[in-house]
Amino acid sequence: MSAWDRFLEAFFNPVVMSRYLPDILKGTLLTIELAALIIVSGLALGLALALLRSFGFRPLNLLIIFVVDLFRALPPLVIIVFIYFGLPAVGLSPSGFVSTWLSLMFVLMAFSEEIYWAGITSIPKGQWEAARSTGLTYGHALMSVVLPQALRLTIPPLTNRTIAITKGTALASVVAVGEILGMASSAVSNSYNPSPLTMGAVAYLILFLPMVVFGRYLETRMAWKR
Amino acid sequence: MLETFFNLEIARSAWPIILAGLGNTVLLSLVVVPLGLTGGLGLAMLASVRKPWVRYPLMAWVDFFRAFPPLVLLIFLFAGLPFAGLELGGFACVCIAFFLNTGAYYGEILRAGIESVPSGQTEAARSTGLGRVQTMLFVVLPQAVRNVLHDLLSNTLEVVKLTALGSVVAMPELLFQARQAQSLTYNPTPIVLAAVIYFVMLWPLVRLLSRLENRALAVRV
Repeated sequence: MSAWDRFLEAFFNPVVMSRYLPDILKGTLLTIELAALIIVSGLALGLALALLRSFGFRPLNLLIIFVVDLFRALPPLVIIVFIYFGLPAVGLSPSGFVSTWLSLMFVLMAFSEEIYWAGITSIPKGQWEAARSTGLTYGHALMSVVLPQALRLTIPPLTNRTIAITKGTALASVVAVGEILGMASSAVSNSYNPSPLTMGAVAYLILFLPMVVFGRYLETRMAWKR
Repeated sequence: MLETFFNLEIARSAWPIILAGLGNTVLLSLVVVPLGLTGGLGLAMLASVRKPWVRYPLMAWVDFFRAFPPLVLLIFLFAGLPFAGLELGGFACVCIAFFLNTGAYYGEILRAGIESVPSGQTEAARSTGLGRVQTMLFVVLPQAVRNVLHDLLSNTLEVVKLTALGSVVAMPELLFQARQAQSLTYNPTPIVLAAVIYFVMLWPLVRLLSRLENRALAVRV
């Protein structure tokens, strides 16, 4: 058997691949589920924090800034490990899935708050003043005048950041979640063949490559308009 | 609560283990950040060659490694390559994975920086007799780096945070050491300690980034 055959036998083994394809598919579904939960809850919480911050209540703002800084400074894996291995010491034992969801949700919340806030503060004062002088309330001016303009600015950085954080779902494999990488890793140790890892890699590319290309497209498009 | 998460006695006994981990995290960062920057610089230089047969493969390369979760890349190198007869060890795997992954990110950022420098700068430098390489090094790159300084720093923050992945392939860095101490003491204090160290170490950078962001916005408005 030549080296090339051995390589194919190891990384593209058809028998192993067909045997573990259902597992990888199951893992892919779980990754999608986890990613969707993280994206929706993280972006919503981030927006909520940015809106709270815009009211300019100083003690609350300092607290928001601290929480945001905290989750920007900590590695996501450290947060996951803390929730999964640390919280059981006080009687809470979230599953690996919930631990990963909560951790990456907080991380996305922190990063998106920062981006939303940058968007809101980049809207010129005149917009606020004009909206308020036509009789709109503060909340109305924020919702109907400032936010629509701010959100447009935030789309490209938000997309890129969301992709980067969502890729972190692979970290769930460290706390025994059967998402793509978890499924692939256990399949490798069961079959003693790395083909499941190849399949896992392909699954990640199918999920994330379109998102990366879309992010690049958004970036160049928005750059033109500015 | 305090007994569990901030147990002083356990913190004291775990301190030497954690400290060794901190040292390794700093060392690892000092290796992988320059490695990623070098890879990125190479990619960005290549991107300034405006030929389709360079441009499109380069774009594909960058997007490929931006789409690939770094942990998957690391596991592939660490657990997959031995089957091809290539046993690299944790450190080498981390280095290669970081070179490929963070190199792609740095490459994108530096490319944007180089493109943001007006072509008049290159033309002027070349007309004074500077060579291609000299023009790039002394005229274009300094301006490019300044233009994308915020993104470079922000990515460096991410890279340092990413070194925590080393724990998965048994590199004795901060998180790994904290996990060891935690399983020895049956108490989460070491993990809290590691988190506090990460925070104290990286908070100044996070603050600086917020500052730069606000200043950039103030300039634009």
